Amino acid sequence: MQPANFNYHRASSINEAESLCKDNADASFLAGGHSLIPAMKLRLAEPGALVDISGIDDLKGITRDGDRIHIGALTTHAEVESSDVVKEACAALTEAAGMIGDPQVRNRGTIGGNVAHADPASDYPGILMALGATVVTSSRSIAIDDFFTGLFETALNEGEIIKEIQVPALGNGSGAAYAKFFNPASRYAVVGIGAVVSLDNGSCTSCRIGVTGAADHAYRASAAEDALTGSNLGDDALGAAASAVSNGQEMMSDLAASADYRSHLCGVMLKRAVAGAKARV
Amino acid sequence: MGKHIGKSVKRVEDPRFIQGQGKYVANINLPNMAHVAVLRSPHAHAKINSINTDAAKAMDGVIDVFVGQDLIDGGVGKMPVIWQVPDNKIPDRWPLVPDKVRHVGDSVAAVVAEDPYIARDALDMIEVDYEVLEATTGAKATTEDGKPLVHDEIENNISFKWGLGDREACDKAFEEADHVVKLDLINQRLIANAMEPRACAAQWTAATENMTVWTTSQNPHIIRFGLSAVTLPMLDEHKLQVISPDVGGGFGSKIFHYPEEVIIPWIAKEINRPCKWVATRSESFMTDSQGRDHVQNCKMALTSDGIITGLYVELHADMGAYLSSIAPLIPTVICITLFSGLYKFPGIWGETTGTLTNTVPVDAYRGAGRPEASYLVERLVDVAAQELKMDPIEIRRKNFIGKDEFPYQTPVAFLYDSGDYHAMFDKLEENADYKGMRDAQAKAKQDGRLVGIGVSGSVEASGYGPAATVGALGFYGGMWEHGGIRVHPTGKVTAFTGSHSHGQGHETTMAQIVADKLGIEVADVDVVHGDTDLVTQGMGTYGSRSAAVGGEALSNAAKSIREKLVTLAAHLMEVSEDDLVYDDESGSVQVKGVPDKSKAFGELAFAAYSGHSLPEGMDPGLETAAYYNPGNFTFPSSAHLVQVEVDKDTGEIEIQKYVAVEDCGNVINPMVVEGQILGGIVQGVGQALYEHGIYDEDGQLVTGSMLDYTMPRADNFPMIESDRIETPSPSNSLGVKGVGEMGSITSPPAVVNAVVDALSDYGVKHIDMPLTSEKIWNLIQTNGG
Repeated sequence: MQPANFNYHRASSINEAESLCKDNADASFLAGGHSLIPAMKLRLAEPGALVDISGIDDLKGITRDGDRIHIGALTTHAEVESSDVVKEACAALTEAAGMIGDPQVRNRGTIGGNVAHADPASDYPGILMALGATVVTSSRSIAIDDFFTGLFETALNEGEIIKEIQVPALGNGSGAAYAKFFNPASRYAVVGIGAVVSLDNGSCTSCRIGVTGAADHAYRASAAEDALTGSNLGDDALGAAASAVSNGQEMMSDLAASADYRSHLCGVMLKRAVAGAKARV
Repeated sequence: MGKHIGKSVKRVEDPRFIQGQGKYVANINLPNMAHVAVLRSPHAHAKINSINTDAAKAMDGVIDVFVGQDLIDGGVGKMPVIWQVPDNKIPDRWPLVPDKVRHVGDSVAAVVAEDPYIARDALDMIEVDYEVLEATTGAKATTEDGKPLVHDEIENNISFKWGLGDREACDKAFEEADHVVKLDLINQRLIANAMEPRACAAQWTAATENMTVWTTSQNPHIIRFGLSAVTLPMLDEHKLQVISPDVGGGFGSKIFHYPEEVIIPWIAKEINRPCKWVATRSESFMTDSQGRDHVQNCKMALTSDGIITGLYVELHADMGAYLSSIAPLIPTVICITLFSGLYKFPGIWGETTGTLTNTVPVDAYRGAGRPEASYLVERLVDVAAQELKMDPIEIRRKNFIGKDEFPYQTPVAFLYDSGDYHAMFDKLEENADYKGMRDAQAKAKQDGRLVGIGVSGSVEASGYGPAATVGALGFYGGMWEHGGIRVHPTGKVTAFTGSHSHGQGHETTMAQIVADKLGIEVADVDVVHGDTDLVTQGMGTYGSRSAAVGGEALSNAAKSIREKLVTLAAHLMEVSEDDLVYDDESGSVQVKGVPDKSKAFGELAFAAYSGHSLPEGMDPGLETAAYYNPGNFTFPSSAHLVQVEVDKDTGEIEIQKYVAVEDCGNVINPMVVEGQILGGIVQGVGQALYEHGIYDEDGQLVTGSMLDYTMPRADNFPMIESDRIETPSPSNSLGVKGVGEMGSITSPPAVVNAVVDALSDYGVKHIDMPLTSEKIWNLIQTNGG
C-alpha cells in the first residue's frame, strides 16, 4: 500500500519538534505510528510532513515521584504492561495496557500517541479517566476529564506535544480494574470500563468510572458513580449503576454492537470492573 | 508401504519460510520493471459515461494508462468460465470493464508507472463519469420481479437452474413421512483472506516472442491454457511460461483465472517492459472471488423412530456479478451430490438456482459446495433429534451406511469408496468421554449455566476426479494429474508434480512418496512444482486432490523407474529378472535370498546414464513421466464433537472442548495431516462464529477490512483434540483420500448444533451463522432470559 507523498523530519528535542511543526504545512507528529501509518496507507490521512518525535529521550521512561507516576509520552504499551512501578501503583493500568491490540502493536504503540489520536474505541482513555490522570504537554497540564472533546478530537492545540501522562498511585483502601468487551475483528474496545473504588468498612466512599468505546469519546459516568458512592457495592447498587452508566450519552452503533446492545454491555462491563476493583482494595 | 510413508517427516519447506527466504511473486524484481495499479469501482452498479485519463498520463513517471476498450482493441478475450452446467447464461466479463461496473472493486482502468507510488498517485488523477444505477443484492431476493438486472440480457438475474436426485422417491418419502423437519438456512458469504494477497508479474521478450507470467495461482498450467487459448490468444502456449512460486495460502481463492493475469502481461507486451502488480489487502477484499452465500430452504422426512427417508432442498446461490472460473460447479455438482451425507436413504432431491447480484463473484472456497451440503444435512438431522427427543449421536447411528455396504451408491450420483462411520463415532465418543460430558452438562444446566454439546459427521468427495466424469459434469479439462521423476547419474532425484503447494507441504509429502517407492532417502528427492516450463503438465491443487491424484501419479512414475532398474540390474548381473527383488529399504536390486549380491540405486543410475552396457532395446537415461487419471473420487469422512458455553450476560460463546476424528484413508505424513485438520477446523469455526462478508442494499461491501471482517484467532480455541481412523481408499494404490477440507466441512454444523443445544431451554431451534454475541444475546432476551 502506498501513502501519498510527504516530507519527513526527525526531531531530537521537544523545541525542535515544535518548530518543525510550525515550519511545515499540515504536519503530523509521528510517535509509534500504529494509527497514523495505516491511515496514511489507506490515504485516509495525507499529512504534508511527518515530524518524527520517536527519538526524543525526554519523552521516554516511567518514574515514580511520591504518589505520582510519570509515564513518558513515548512509553510503549508493552513497557507500561511490564513496568513494576505501574503494577505496584495501579495494576489496572497494567491490565488495560495488556489488552491493547496484539504484541506487535503493544511493542510499537505509545501512550502519548494513543491519547493524542483519541480513537473512541481505544483502551487507555477508559482507565486513565477512572484513575484521574493528567496529560502534561509542552505548555501546560490538562486534566484527563477535560482532554477528550470529540471523535478523534482532544483539547490539544495545533503543534502541542504531549510530554507525559501522570497517574496518581492508588491509596490505601482503593482498588481499580479495567473490564473490556473486545471487538472480535479489531480487538479494540466495543466497551471498556475503568473503575476505581475507595472503601471504608465495606462502604464505597468514592469512585470514578471511565467509559471508552461506547460513545464518540471517552467519558466519566457520573450517574453510575453517584449510584455506587455511599453503597456497599451490593447487587442493588451495581444494578442501579449499570442502568445509569450510559445516561446522557449517545451510544455508537456498528457491526460489532447496536446502540442497545452496547448500552447493555456497558452495564455488564461496569459490574465486572467494579467487582475487580473491589477485589483489589 | 516402505520406510517413509506414514512418518511425520519435518517439512522441508519450513526453513526457508521461517527465515524469510521464501520467494513470492511480490519478490520478483526485474531490471527496468514497471508497476501497475488498477482503478477500482467505488460503485456496485454504474454506467461509465466517460473516462478521462489525460491528467494521469501527463504525470511524471506515468508510462501509460489503459481502459477497457484499449484491451479489447488490443485483442484480449473475455474471462472464461471453465466449468459450466447445462443452459447456464454466461455474462460477458472483460478484464477491464469497457462500459459498466457491476460490483465495488470492478476493474476500470490500469496505470503503469515507474514505481508503485506514482502508479497509485495516478489513480487519483483519473476522472470517471459514472451514472450510478440501482444495485441488486441477496441470493434469492435478486430474482424478484422489478429488481435491477446485473446484465440486461439475463432475465430475473438467474444464470442457471440445476437439479439432481430421485424426485419421485423424494415425494413419496414426504407423503409417507411420520415426521418432517423444516429449516430455512443461510450459509453466509465468506472472504478467503489468504495471508499473501494476489500478485502478478510479467516479462515479454520481443525478439523471441516469449512471455513469462508469475502469478499467485493454485494451478499455473490451467492459467497458461486459459491465457493462450482464451484471454491473450496472441500468446502461443509453447512460448508462454507461467510460474507460481511460493504462494502464501489460497483456500480456493487462487484457483481462478483473474483479470489482472490478463492485464499485466498485456501491458508488459504493449510497453515492452516487465511489469508487476501486487494487490493491497483492500483490493483482496473487493476482488478475490468469495465463498458460500446460499439461501437454503430444506426439509427432511423421517419415521417416528428417527429413520431418515427423504430430503428436499431448494437452494439459491449468489454467484455475484459475473460467473468466476468454476463458479457454476460449486452450488450444483459438488454440493447436491453430497446430500446423502453419512446416511442411507432413498428420497433425495435438490435444485439450485444460480443468481447474479452486484457483488464480488463467488466461487470455490475451502470445502467448496461440500460445507454447504454438510451444513444443511447435519442441521436437519440435529433438529430431528431435538424434535424426536433422541440423542444426536443415536439418530445418526441409526442411519449410517454400514461398513460392509461399501462401495455404496447414493441416490445423488456418487459411489462412496470406503468408510466405517460407526467406528469413527466410537472413537469420537471414547476420546471425548461423551457420556461424562453429557452428565457434566446436565449438572451445569442445573446451575443455570448455558452449556451445549454439538456433534456432526460428514463425508466429502475428494480426489477430483475421473476425467470422463468431470467432463460429463461440465468441466472443460480433465482432472488427471501429472508426475515426473528424473533420477540423476549420482542417484539423486528430482520429482515433478502438476499439483501446486501453497502451504500444504507437498515438497515434503511428495518427496516421501517418491523416496518410499524408490527405497531412497527423503533428502535425496527434490520436488519441483509451480512452473509450466519445468513441469510438463498439471491440473493443480484444490478439492483435496493432491495426494490422491498427484501422489498416485508420482507413485506410478516411481514404479516405472523401478521396473527399468530391475531390467538393467538383470542385464548387468547376468541373471533373470525373476530372480531379482527390489529392496524397499536400500533402493538396491538384489538376487533373491542373496542380499550381498546386489546393485545399488546409485550404481544403476550411473550405469543407465553411462550407457556402456545396456540391455538390447533399452535407451540410456533414467527418467519418466506418468499421467494418472483416477477411476473414482475418494470419500474422506469425519466426526466432530464440540462443547460450548454461552455467557448469559453478553451472549459470547466460548469453545471449551473440541474433539475430531477423521478418516482420510492411509496417511503419508501424520503431522502434515493434523495441520490440515486443525487449519480446516479453525476456518470452519470462523464461519460458524465470526466471519461474514456483508453487503448493504446499495451493494457496498461493509466488511471490507480486517477491522470489520472477523477472522478466527488462536485465543478463540482450546487445544483441539484430533485423532483418526484409517479405512484405505480402494480408488488408488496409496489408499489415500485427501484431508485439506474435512475440517472446514464438518465443523460449522458441529458448532451451531452445540450452541443450539446450549440454548435449547429457550426453545431455540436454529440460529443463522455467524453466531455473533449480539445475535445470541438478542435471542436470550427475546426468549425470556
